[in-house]
Amino acid sequence: MSDILMPGALPEEPPVVRRPARQGRLSPHLKRLEDEAIFILREVVAEFRNPVMLYSVGKDSSVMLHLARKAFFPARPPFPFLHIASGWDFRDLLDHRDRTARELGLDLIVRSNERAARAGVNPFDTETGEYTRLMLTEALKAALDEFGFDAAFGGGRRDEEKARAKERIFSHRASGHIWEPRNQRPELWSLFNTRLSPGETMRVFPLSNWTEFDIWDYIRIEDIPIVPLYLAADRPVVDRDGALIVVDDERMRFNPGEQVVTRRVRFRTLGCWPLSAATASDATTVDDIFAEVVASESSERQGRLIDGAMHASMERKKREGYF
Amino acid sequence: MSTAAARAIAAETIQSEPEVLPRQERSELRFITCGSVDDGKSTLIGRLLHEANSLFRDQMATLERDSRRFGTTGGEIDYALLLDGLEAEREQGITIDVAYRFFATAQRAFIVADTPGHKQYTRNMATGASNADFAVLLVDARRGLLEQTHRHAVIVSLLGIRHVALAINKIDLVEFSQDVFEEIAAAFRAFAAPLAFASITAIPLSARFGDNIAEPSPRTPWYHGPTLLRLLETIDVGHHRADQAFRLPVQWVNRPSQNFRGFAGTVASGEIRVGDAVVAAASGHTSRVARIVTFDGDVPRAAAGHAVTLTLEDELDIARGDVLAAPRARPIVSRQFSADVVWMDEDPGVPRAAYLLKAGTATVPAVIANIASALAVDTLLNEDADILPLNSIGRIHLETTIPIAVDPYDDNRTTGSFILIDRTTHRTVAAGMIRESLGGSQEIHGHAHDVTPERRAFLKAQTPVVVWLTGLSGAGKSTIANLVERRLVAQGFHTMLLDGDNLRQSLNSDLGFDALSRTENVRRVGEVARLLHDAGLIVVTALVSPFRADRARIAALLPEGRFLEVFVDAPLDVCRERDPKGLYAKAEAGRIRHLTGRDQAYEPPVSPALVLNTERESAAIAAERVVRLVVAHTRGNPSGGDGAQL
Repeated sequence: MSDILMPGALPEEPPVVRRPARQGRLSPHLKRLEDEAIFILREVVAEFRNPVMLYSVGKDSSVMLHLARKAFFPARPPFPFLHIASGWDFRDLLDHRDRTARELGLDLIVRSNERAARAGVNPFDTETGEYTRLMLTEALKAALDEFGFDAAFGGGRRDEEKARAKERIFSHRASGHIWEPRNQRPELWSLFNTRLSPGETMRVFPLSNWTEFDIWDYIRIEDIPIVPLYLAADRPVVDRDGALIVVDDERMRFNPGEQVVTRRVRFRTLGCWPLSAATASDATTVDDIFAEVVASESSERQGRLIDGAMHASMERKKREGYF
Repeated sequence: MSTAAARAIAAETIQSEPEVLPRQERSELRFITCGSVDDGKSTLIGRLLHEANSLFRDQMATLERDSRRFGTTGGEIDYALLLDGLEAEREQGITIDVAYRFFATAQRAFIVADTPGHKQYTRNMATGASNADFAVLLVDARRGLLEQTHRHAVIVSLLGIRHVALAINKIDLVEFSQDVFEEIAAAFRAFAAPLAFASITAIPLSARFGDNIAEPSPRTPWYHGPTLLRLLETIDVGHHRADQAFRLPVQWVNRPSQNFRGFAGTVASGEIRVGDAVVAAASGHTSRVARIVTFDGDVPRAAAGHAVTLTLEDELDIARGDVLAAPRARPIVSRQFSADVVWMDEDPGVPRAAYLLKAGTATVPAVIANIASALAVDTLLNEDADILPLNSIGRIHLETTIPIAVDPYDDNRTTGSFILIDRTTHRTVAAGMIRESLGGSQEIHGHAHDVTPERRAFLKAQTPVVVWLTGLSGAGKSTIANLVERRLVAQGFHTMLLDGDNLRQSLNSDLGFDALSRTENVRRVGEVARLLHDAGLIVVTALVSPFRADRARIAALLPEGRFLEVFVDAPLDVCRERDPKGLYAKAEAGRIRHLTGRDQAYEPPVSPALVLNTERESAAIAAERVVRLVVAHTRGNPSGGDGAQL
């Protein structure tokens, strides 16, 4: 990473050429998606009082961060980055987060629901839907309220899930962060209605029109740093009803008869480590991942144990204030 | 994404396959499916995804499970369930909101917006159409063209989609009849002739069984046109935005250090090169492009769609909402327009209603001056209308408080579109398309003069302000205004008094007292006040000016802090008692109508700079308070710190 901006070291006059222009390498499709996302990022900064970017450190977040650096260059992204940590985050992910924030001089805020954690809420004993609500949704809402953020960027994509496919790019949230899916604002052209009444907030999804395929293609071409967990490596794994759970620290609970074995695995999506299933893979480079995603026959969300918990569970989570 | 095509695309990076385009050239098509309820839109998209191998195994398994539980196809796969993701949609078996889906073939990546058929969700259909390049309009072969088919065709056309596929679905339910197909296709071509589509491709198909979706159907041997997928892959929707005049609505001014001032925005049309001359449309200031800055390094040119940051050779005061344009092909700069709107709110559109108008990156207060006509969707005739109810389409005349730079929608989809926002509920109430300027000034552009308002004010050694006295007739406005001006002049200030009654005998002698005339009366006095302000004068007005929105428009004409709204407050019975001009007596006698406070509402200021209660305080004391307010605002060097606000 030779092109990073060090904290406080913003050049007086930006250099004319920072690195060879890459624009020609993006397909017209990816270029259109990139330009559209940059427009959205700038629109939020221009129209909202106090925006924040939700930074979950995953692949979508990494692309969003990269787009934010592009949108505001030569300035740094003019908003803070918020990571909602559940306390059950992969160590590699936290390392990547801290390194990225340090190297890019990001204003990083980390929040978690410590009260729930002290009360003993954990991914093994607590029902998954309730765990997610307390550790992610409630922690997110509390952090947004604490800082008075009126707009929050999220990396959600419409190809992920049916409720997300119905989501606007600018998603209006009523007081209390409630999503009213039946009463969304019409979203015409690129004329986003950003008006809010007191107590209301906006969630904004610059990657709405991207697919998993586009994300990997873009990461590959733009050479965007990602958490190493996306790449295949030998990791300690428990096979739990076909789901490969990587044992990330000593808090793992084992069912009777379960054995830790070393398997070559990687992740398509990263959540709390006891709730994220890995997939067997030999993809050790981003090019390998790209080829694998292209050939895959199951959707990325298959590895998310929290989605399938109940019918329409994503819609319900979103109504409660989840991203 | 896991399509056969995508696999082929990936394979291309490993081993070359002749039929596959290089990945770098893969284009994109954004399209909508629309039409009436139950015409099978969701099913069609489910089928398209299936035929393009874009369904994952786990999605297919979920679909099979859901089809048994919620399906309407008797246990067979119900593709509609793939899209209708909201609980309410599944319960009712209808589409409420737009669903976006993605698939790809070797030629193209597709983003499809599946839009609702119900009339009550027309706004969601328009949402999908506004960002689409192509439309698939579905018709049920058994039912033919319906009102919603017409409505959607009109909206698709209004929103500037030039190419449509007429998908005559459920052809299996009419025994694959060529006659039925041709009859519907001919009826549609006749209906749509005035809509001037560049192409209409009629295709007989069965979304449920896959006929003519990806493979030509052996059951329609009489049909020789393309399959739907083939059409989607090959249609040239040709925006050719690059051929149009250069426009860049300024989104955000990038100022990371003293040495860098960049204007960030997305090129709406045309292209721009380093060294090209540009004009800030509203102010008329010109300069040249010094650099086109991107994260990936400076570039020599930027074309339509590119999100860039420009720096200019000269220090111009340009802000969000300005449009940078080619000096020889400028946009319209005007305050009055005719426009077509699709009305989207439960509260109907009515004349005189005030909204926020967002066009490009500019958001300004605007009023509907009048409703010219409403469109009858079945006959395409323009009919007289007083209001625009939910889901109607009409032609309106709009007036903005300050001039904005726009283009006719037919010339430019980006700089010609706008939305109207309700100022109280913040709902988006209408989607609009600019037709033309009504100001007669579209060919006249603001000229940047050398003698500026700042210089004129500097000579007079005062900061100009407009003191706007508003209140009921008889409240004491003229009396106070007279005293205020006398005292200011005595202290050496340069002033001008605009009295509503006097102006009605000159500039405004053609106006009556109905609500529209009052709005126009206030508008003209406001414009004069602004000119006098720019001349460097302290302007005092005495004008009933009963409507808040009208006064807000004047405030918006002036620089921040230069409009001092003073509420001259006296109870109605006190004013009637005083009746200095005998107006109340005439109104009682039925000789005049529209007297404010009697048969016309008065809207007091929400946050005036000053409230004068003339029932309790004398005119002399009230005038002294106004003078103090003015002096507090006019002290200091006008060419100094706050000069930048001008």
